[in-house]
Amino acid sequence: MTTINPEKRTHTALAMPRSRLHFLWYLTRRSPLTIIGFLIILLVIIMVIGAPFIAPYDPNKVMLSSRLLPPSSIHWFGTDEVGRDLFSRVVYGSRASCGAAFMIVFISMSAGVFLGCLSGVVGGVFDSAMMRTMDVVLALPALVLAMALAAALGPSLFNSMLAVAIVRIPAYVRLSRGQTLSLRERIFVKASRTFGASNLYILRWHLLPNALSPLIVQATLDLGGIVLIAAALSFIGLGAQPPTAEWGALVSSGRSFILDQWWYGTFPGLAILVTAMGCNLLGDGIRDMLDPRLGPNE
Amino acid sequence: MNAAPLLRVENLTVRFPGARNWFGRAMSEVHAVNNVDLVVLPGESLGIVGESGCGKSTLVQAVIGLIAPTSGRIVVEGHDFAAISGRQKTEIRQKMQIVFQDPQSSLDPRLPVWRLITEPLHIRGGMSTAALRVRARELAVSVGLRVEHLDRLAHEFSGGQRQRIAIARALSTDPELLILDEPTSALDVSVQAQIINLLLKLQRELGLSYLFISHDVSLIRHFCDRVAVMYLGQIVETGASAAVFDHPAHPYTKTLLASVPSLQNSLQEVDASLTGELPNNRRLPTGCYYRDRCLISSAECEKPQDLATVAAIKPNFEISREARISDHKVRCILA
Amino acid sequence: MTDTAMKPHALSIENLSLEFPTYGGAVKALDGVTIQVGNAEIVGLVGESGCGKSVSTMAATRLLPEGRYRITQGSIRLFGRDPTVMSDEELQQVRGKLVSTIFQEPMNALNPTIRIGKQLVGVIRRHEAISRRAAETVASNILSDMLIPQPSRIMQAYPFELSGGMRQRVLIAMAFSCNPGLIIADEPTTALDVTVQAAILRLIQGRARRTGTSVVFISHNIAVVSQICDRLYIMYAGRIVESGPTRAVLDTPQHPYTRALLRCLPERVQPKAQLESIPGTVPNLIDPPAGCFYRPRCQEADERCYAKPQSTTLAGGQAVACWQRLKSQTPVSSEA
Repeated sequence: MTTINPEKRTHTALAMPRSRLHFLWYLTRRSPLTIIGFLIILLVIIMVIGAPFIAPYDPNKVMLSSRLLPPSSIHWFGTDEVGRDLFSRVVYGSRASCGAAFMIVFISMSAGVFLGCLSGVVGGVFDSAMMRTMDVVLALPALVLAMALAAALGPSLFNSMLAVAIVRIPAYVRLSRGQTLSLRERIFVKASRTFGASNLYILRWHLLPNALSPLIVQATLDLGGIVLIAAALSFIGLGAQPPTAEWGALVSSGRSFILDQWWYGTFPGLAILVTAMGCNLLGDGIRDMLDPRLGPNE
Repeated sequence: MNAAPLLRVENLTVRFPGARNWFGRAMSEVHAVNNVDLVVLPGESLGIVGESGCGKSTLVQAVIGLIAPTSGRIVVEGHDFAAISGRQKTEIRQKMQIVFQDPQSSLDPRLPVWRLITEPLHIRGGMSTAALRVRARELAVSVGLRVEHLDRLAHEFSGGQRQRIAIARALSTDPELLILDEPTSALDVSVQAQIINLLLKLQRELGLSYLFISHDVSLIRHFCDRVAVMYLGQIVETGASAAVFDHPAHPYTKTLLASVPSLQNSLQEVDASLTGELPNNRRLPTGCYYRDRCLISSAECEKPQDLATVAAIKPNFEISREARISDHKVRCILA
Repeated sequence: MTDTAMKPHALSIENLSLEFPTYGGAVKALDGVTIQVGNAEIVGLVGESGCGKSVSTMAATRLLPEGRYRITQGSIRLFGRDPTVMSDEELQQVRGKLVSTIFQEPMNALNPTIRIGKQLVGVIRRHEAISRRAAETVASNILSDMLIPQPSRIMQAYPFELSGGMRQRVLIAMAFSCNPGLIIADEPTTALDVTVQAAILRLIQGRARRTGTSVVFISHNIAVVSQICDRLYIMYAGRIVESGPTRAVLDTPQHPYTRALLRCLPERVQPKAQLESIPGTVPNLIDPPAGCFYRPRCQEADERCYAKPQSTTLAGGQAVACWQRLKSQTPVSSEA
């Protein structure tokens, strides 16, 4: 405490942050990009939840009279080859695309954190076996596994989600295992042991809560990438099947019209781009916020 | 003197595997604690003093059960700690609690104070949240924490307050023995004084016994009834604090006391033994462990040394009355 | 007398105020600090964590992170030169040749991948145009000055092969190797054992006395500082509350804080007796109390203490910033 780190010293002098909200504001003012990321994600969430209220038309309603219309005040993003409103399809498509991404992250994170913490706490042969298994899984490319599953079980959004989720598990296992290993040596965990706490107790009350914040950052950053992968799977026909509105599938079918009807592929593509970017901006922002060197405490 | 000891450590040895070869087999061993015998009586404070690497922390961790001893016994209230298990072990465990050196890292940063204080009770189970909170209030008052702070997190407190939280936590199970592992060395002196006063007050009120580990000689002298001086995993001198510190018999104790900076006297002359290094604890020296640094070593020091009563070694040696009546022992035939 | 008047002080910090802008507001780390370190003088800076003792010397050697602090008033002179306006090259020159710093944690200050001898030789040759051979001899001599047995063996070793005490000795050797005029020792013995500490204190003192080097010794431990320092500065919450010759400060402490600090120590009381402690906590330096910063914790405080006390020099060179002392004695009057 006595030497090199004046910032750290000043934080101890700082008795109490004015309020959590105020502190958040202070941090976001320092990085406006985080706000942008946050707003994008907020917008996407609103879109997912409120799709029926936002979309002006039924996304699957065919209107052959208004085929391939360019963007106008009636059809904001134009229409597709069977006259469906593209704006409505993009809005509803957020449910399939983002829903899938959320599910993938949720599945891989919960499985990964459970296995990783267990591996860190139990240690020994179990730990070695777990880590080698994860190395094998890590070697599988997501798209190849998705294709294999699609071949075996038939192409569907669920199967491709499963494939991506499995491939993402090792990242969480490694991260949470590393967290567990370093936390396990912390004195408060040792103290808990001297009070007679079991492994499960330590896992529930000390390891998980303390390991969570880097995992949340990882999950947010992952989300962006997974939106892309999910879209890519649908693009090559392994994910959502027509007529389900899904961004990747929309881009895929818009591909054949790209020269004359640019709006068809462009708007769903932009939706993917903006969402993925929003996740990354927010993830970076959260990581900076959780960095103890910046925090109001520590 | 006749009371049954609360804690008895018998012939405790702890060795760690050192460097390993390609097959994972240990090539050498680190001798951290070598044949230590200790007794803590009800209501007394035993200090263990020594420099870094002398094995005092390992000793504590073995006593509290964080490290398995290589050999020897730890007997708590007549029960061998290694031999019992299950419910009984949990109960015995609760008689003996520990306060760690650094209150910053010994408290979980994500739990509120009331939960930190009652952690041992929470682990034992069987108490409702409301009951735990009531207990937390009582404990907070007894260590001088404000009850309205019970819902805060540890980082909102200063170092001294955090150490109070750690002490309250250790007291939560009504233990009879507190192990204090350098409880004030991370604190400023004015705060150190507050914590030491608190611990002395708790001892008077609750009749606690303390096993106090420190490198600070003047603190041990102030705090403890008896003291054991450790060097290279061995106790080299033990006895009543006054006897050991006023009439040190072992050359190492003398060097240690002479090195303590004091407000009264200024620096003494450089003494070659001070500049020596602790011997490697992978290969224990034969004979007296302190021989290489000792100024008075002779041929007799080649033999292993035993702890012997000072009065027995030097019957005509000028020693104080308290030294004679206490069991002042030293591991040096030349003392 | 004329000689000292001609030669500038090794370090002279005059009425320095410094703050760190943070989220919660500016932390006033130093408030009107004046420290004078004469030539060949060993001066101690004592105070509890966060009192500004390290910040003041780091400001003088410009080791604080650039752009993260503001000097709001006062001046700094290192051997008569102002470090705040130096160019980077000048600063490099000054840091190596005129001023060396010894930090608390010796492992961080040594390059773990280079042998000790090579690091020492590098430092010496950077500041003196001598051959590698000659530099090696110099290095070896300094190491044996530091009572290191078998200097040639140590020179072949990597930092991790040495114990903490040995590494700290190497660092001290390194600090003395280019014969600087001023050494800043920032808690150099805090991480070490007492027997090693005693040896290192003697090494610093002995070498400084022989070569006429000035030393600023920073520590939270007043007993350690009292061992080797000629004069002491007692700091509290970014201000100097008391200063003077070591013995005078220890024997007749004037400021209530100094007194309390000395009475906190278990050394001077009966075993098991109540130790004196200071009630309350260190003030928040973003929004410090009015007047004397020690007032909220001081038992002698009254209305006058709501105004900032000026430092007043008493007989015997002791100076104190406390209203109560002004009442009980007129400045520069005789008192034993």
